[in-house]
Amino acid sequence: MSVAVKLTNVVKRFGELEVLKGVSFEINSGEVVALIGQSGSGKSTALRCINQLETIQGGSIEVCGHRVEDPKLDVRALRRDIGMVFQSYNLFPHMTVAQNIMLALRRVKGMRKDEAYEVAKPVLAKVGLSEKIDSYPEQLSGGQQQRVAIARSLAMQPKVMLFDEVTSALDPKLTGEVLRVMEDLARGGMTMIVVTHEMGFAKRAANRVIYMHTGKVWETGGADILSNPQTPELKEFMAEEL
Amino acid sequence: MFGAFSTNHLIYLLDGLLWTVILSALAFLLGGIAGFFVMLARISRFRWLRRVALVYIQIVQGTPLLIQMFILYFGLGVFGISVPPLAAAGLGMMVYTSSYLGEIWRGAVGSIAKTQFEAAECLGLTRWQALQDVILPQALKIATPPTVGFLVQLVKNTSLASVVGFLELTRAAQVINNSLFQPFLVFGVAAFFYFCVCYPLSAWSRSLERKLNVGRR
Amino acid sequence: MHYQFDFGALLPYWQSFLSGALTTIEITVFSVIIGLGIGIACAIARRSQVAVLRAVVGVYIEAVRNTPFIVQIFFIFFGLSSVGIRMPIIAASVFAMVINVGAYTAEIVRAGMDSIHPSQIEAAQALGLSKFQIYRDIIMLPAIERVYPSLSSQFILMMLATSICSQISAEELTGVANNIQSNTFRSLETYFVVALLYIAITYLMRAAFFGLGLIAFPRRRRLGLGV
Ligand SMILES: Nc1ncnc2c1ncn2[C@@H]1O[C@H](COP(=O)(O)OP(=O)(O)OP(=O)(O)O)[C@@H](O)[C@H]1O
Ligand SMILES: [Mg+2]
Repeated sequence: MSVAVKLTNVVKRFGELEVLKGVSFEINSGEVVALIGQSGSGKSTALRCINQLETIQGGSIEVCGHRVEDPKLDVRALRRDIGMVFQSYNLFPHMTVAQNIMLALRRVKGMRKDEAYEVAKPVLAKVGLSEKIDSYPEQLSGGQQQRVAIARSLAMQPKVMLFDEVTSALDPKLTGEVLRVMEDLARGGMTMIVVTHEMGFAKRAANRVIYMHTGKVWETGGADILSNPQTPELKEFMAEEL
Repeated sequence: MFGAFSTNHLIYLLDGLLWTVILSALAFLLGGIAGFFVMLARISRFRWLRRVALVYIQIVQGTPLLIQMFILYFGLGVFGISVPPLAAAGLGMMVYTSSYLGEIWRGAVGSIAKTQFEAAECLGLTRWQALQDVILPQALKIATPPTVGFLVQLVKNTSLASVVGFLELTRAAQVINNSLFQPFLVFGVAAFFYFCVCYPLSAWSRSLERKLNVGRR
Repeated sequence: MHYQFDFGALLPYWQSFLSGALTTIEITVFSVIIGLGIGIACAIARRSQVAVLRAVVGVYIEAVRNTPFIVQIFFIFFGLSSVGIRMPIIAASVFAMVINVGAYTAEIVRAGMDSIHPSQIEAAQALGLSKFQIYRDIIMLPAIERVYPSLSSQFILMMLATSICSQISAEELTGVANNIQSNTFRSLETYFVVALLYIAITYLMRAAFFGLGLIAFPRRRRLGLGV
């Protein structure tokens, strides 16, 4: 099994504030990892460091052969291998669903319009939104927008997908439809790092759980640590989540 | 002693109005292009470039256009560069326009959420592609009403080109008034002409603004 | 061709520069204070029940905002003298400026007043405030506080516009510069110095508005709540 993502003693500071205090973990290809922890524990920051939306102050990150902290890193090549989905969808409001998906295919992969369209169609079908191809984001529900955002990332055929609390803005019914898409992806063998508060999803879909606390990896293991936590902090966290 | 205001005078003023419009259009075009680069510099990744742009804006917006016109006029003269009045006036107006439009547009670009930039970067787009395909089309909508509003200031301020001898509407009115000495009439007519150009622009800017606000809910 | 800058030639004129700058500040201060009063009155009139009043004020505001200041000042100064009214130049300058400041201020203040939510007024009515109190404390002061940044940048623009008064021979900064450069033939140097002085005045005004804002608004907010 090859290692897809590897963090070694990663330190991230915002000015005085040290947010990641030596974070290390490894994720193998095809693995689905749930990243959990209290608000402010540094989960989003860790994800953002992985695709270099933030630069790190110490340690090293390796993603699919890219050394992220290397000043000579080809950032665009790194980002071609990583897909990221945000809590707030971040679809481009002035573009239709098709245009949202086709933009990077055309601009980054240099496809022609019709080629890009042929790629967009099946990806959209995969998230169950074929009939919305010509809609604008504001015409869609939150859950549908989030599924389009997933499709937009998938279309680029990334090797790793990062999800940052992608269902937090959704009500339970819409949460379900997004989680189902993600579980499909997981079964299809996608390497995924999922920051989530959905413990049900973590139990069903994750091969492994990483619990972060105060900027450190506090506890890690299979999904069973959720029902059988080893540290008092995770125990307390699980109690709060229920 | 006073001659009568005749059709010839009216034609002379209309001719001046034409030059006012030409100068405005020229200033908008050149100033718009320069202003676009000012905006780019203001959002640049390089701190020094942002600083330079900021200093440029503070100098231009901290001095009267009249003084800028004089500096340009005498400056070009001092270095022995002789340019036609239209070019001198156009250059002065361009500097002025670029700083204000640059700032208006930077505000519009800045009002697009940072997350839109991030989403584009995560998809592998370059900064320039993200700006072109994601940020600018959205900023354009927001920037249009204040840009049209600025056009009103621009048209009015071309009147200051008269002080360096450019024969536009205000200068034409001065010339006529010097011979007729009927300032209420002559400057009244000139003011009316300016109003006819500026008022529709003001109204347009306001209606664009309203539509934008309704669109945003 | 190489030009030798000679700022030394301007040294004997430093008092003139200074007095020009002071005149610029004086014209600005007077016209801003009076213009602000007129602007507020016009903003209130724009929202009045009386249609004629609304229309008259509307015409005033649009006429001023859609014509150049230089044409306005020629109209006023040369116009009045053509019918035998000889105004001192500074008075004519302040007069033209006041008319301008009033119109621009009116639009800004009105926007601020429009942004006060009707529920604020209802709440004040429910508390039993008088009409005048509501106008002053619930509508006007918060409105001005909200548009304070736009107002101060508008006033700085108006200060820069006073340079146009030089065209009717007012001895403010630009007028003084015009005289000095024709005496010394050091035009470029003169206008550079004057440009710097304008920038200095701009910063001075920014600092003054900042300080004024700090003093004025927290106190008045408390006053408004205390009524
Ligand atoms: N750009 C930034 N500048 C300064 N501080 C930041 C920045 N981004 C995050 N932080 C701080 O870093 C800490 C960790 O933030 P992060 O967003 O990674 O937490 P999180 O675990 O994702 O929390 P949540 O569950 O609320 O999303 C917080 O204290 C936050 O205030
Ligand atoms: Mg987070």
